[in-house]
Amino acid sequence: MTAGVDLGGPQTQAIGSDEDVVRVRQLVRTVAVAVKLSLVDQTKLVTAASELARNTLIYGGGGTAEVTVVEDGRRRGVRIVFADSGPGIVDLGLALTDGYTTGGGLGLGLSGSRRLVDDFDIQTAPGEGTRITITKWSR
Amino acid sequence: MALTADGGNRLVELLTGHGERVVQRWTEVVAASLRGRLSLAELRLQVQELHASMINAGGAGLADLQVPAAGELRAVLADLSRSRARQSFTATETAVSIYALKDVLVELAETDGAELSLRDVVDFTGLVDRMGLLTFETYVQTREGLIADQAEQLLELSTPVVKIWDGVVAVPLVGTLDSARAQVVMERLLQTLVDTGSPYAIIDITGVPAVDTQVAQHILKTVVAARLMGADCIISGIRPQIAQTIVALGIEFGDIATKASLADALRHVLRLTGVEASRRHPRREA
Repeated sequence: MTAGVDLGGPQTQAIGSDEDVVRVRQLVRTVAVAVKLSLVDQTKLVTAASELARNTLIYGGGGTAEVTVVEDGRRRGVRIVFADSGPGIVDLGLALTDGYTTGGGLGLGLSGSRRLVDDFDIQTAPGEGTRITITKWSR
Repeated sequence: MALTADGGNRLVELLTGHGERVVQRWTEVVAASLRGRLSLAELRLQVQELHASMINAGGAGLADLQVPAAGELRAVLADLSRSRARQSFTATETAVSIYALKDVLVELAETDGAELSLRDVVDFTGLVDRMGLLTFETYVQTREGLIADQAEQLLELSTPVVKIWDGVVAVPLVGTLDSARAQVVMERLLQTLVDTGSPYAIIDITGVPAVDTQVAQHILKTVVAARLMGADCIISGIRPQIAQTIVALGIEFGDIATKASLADALRHVLRLTGVEASRRHPRREA
């Protein structure tokens, strides 16, 4: 028998195709279940991961998702870092506006995921790729 | 050093000269590796075919498997590999059928006094390796083809459109709704609406684990398309965690009717069409 999910080290999933977005979703769900997030929080985190993984694929031209279990003494959580070396985001304020899209979607992926998680950090510059870190804490 | 045309000719001579014995031993070695999963007669036929096509390829064909002279040999190898892949033999079991020829050649040199220089042995085994690689490539291609077929079948299987009442069809969505599946669902639904003349369609998302903006967009597009055809859509199976996620994401379903369960959706439609759907009271205990 294998030990199941190793909660210690970060797990990385490359994002290069639609199937990889599904894999990210499954990985995040497994880890979220393991740290005992509530069903609502699991679903929110998985949905946010799905949005950001797809953004990484479509706008960033592919990249990676790194899933880590984090702890701040009182509670545990799941941190996911999405990194790509794509064109970056020129106007971050505009990109985070509900309904704004350059790709024909609903324009809610980036702004919506920010509302789905507890911590949301985005580092980007034109030509330097994008790195988004999200964290969801158990309650 | 690759096999030269001269070396190839020597191998052809060897295969022709000891023809019967090569086929016999080759069949035996392969049969041992497959542990009786193919009949000896069948194996013998395959080996005979391989043996004959190697001789037909001639020295030049064996020296370079890509030239037209080796066309028949390539086809035989591909055929063998495909049939092995379809019969669920492993890649190793498939390749061993070719690599067995090495053992046979060495045996020929040792016991039958066939004159082989070290150079010849090295070159011949190099050729056998290349033939093995060819079967391996075909094997992988065949398996990939099988997987693609299955994925397509799954796509077909997982999107039924069912009639649940007069004028009401339902689409139970299960699993991940990607663009390819969304397209199939939309086509099926619209076609069923035309075929059955149904004015109502219920899209049930109980089996969809997460509704993100892409899934929502696919559903919204399907609903709009159905409306254009004069049918009303109701979305059912919205579980509490999905509802909260949709709210947080900021997705608006507008004036599309949504219900918690398929039963609620059906009751809603029946009320709209004027059919009395009364709850049956539980039978009283005597």
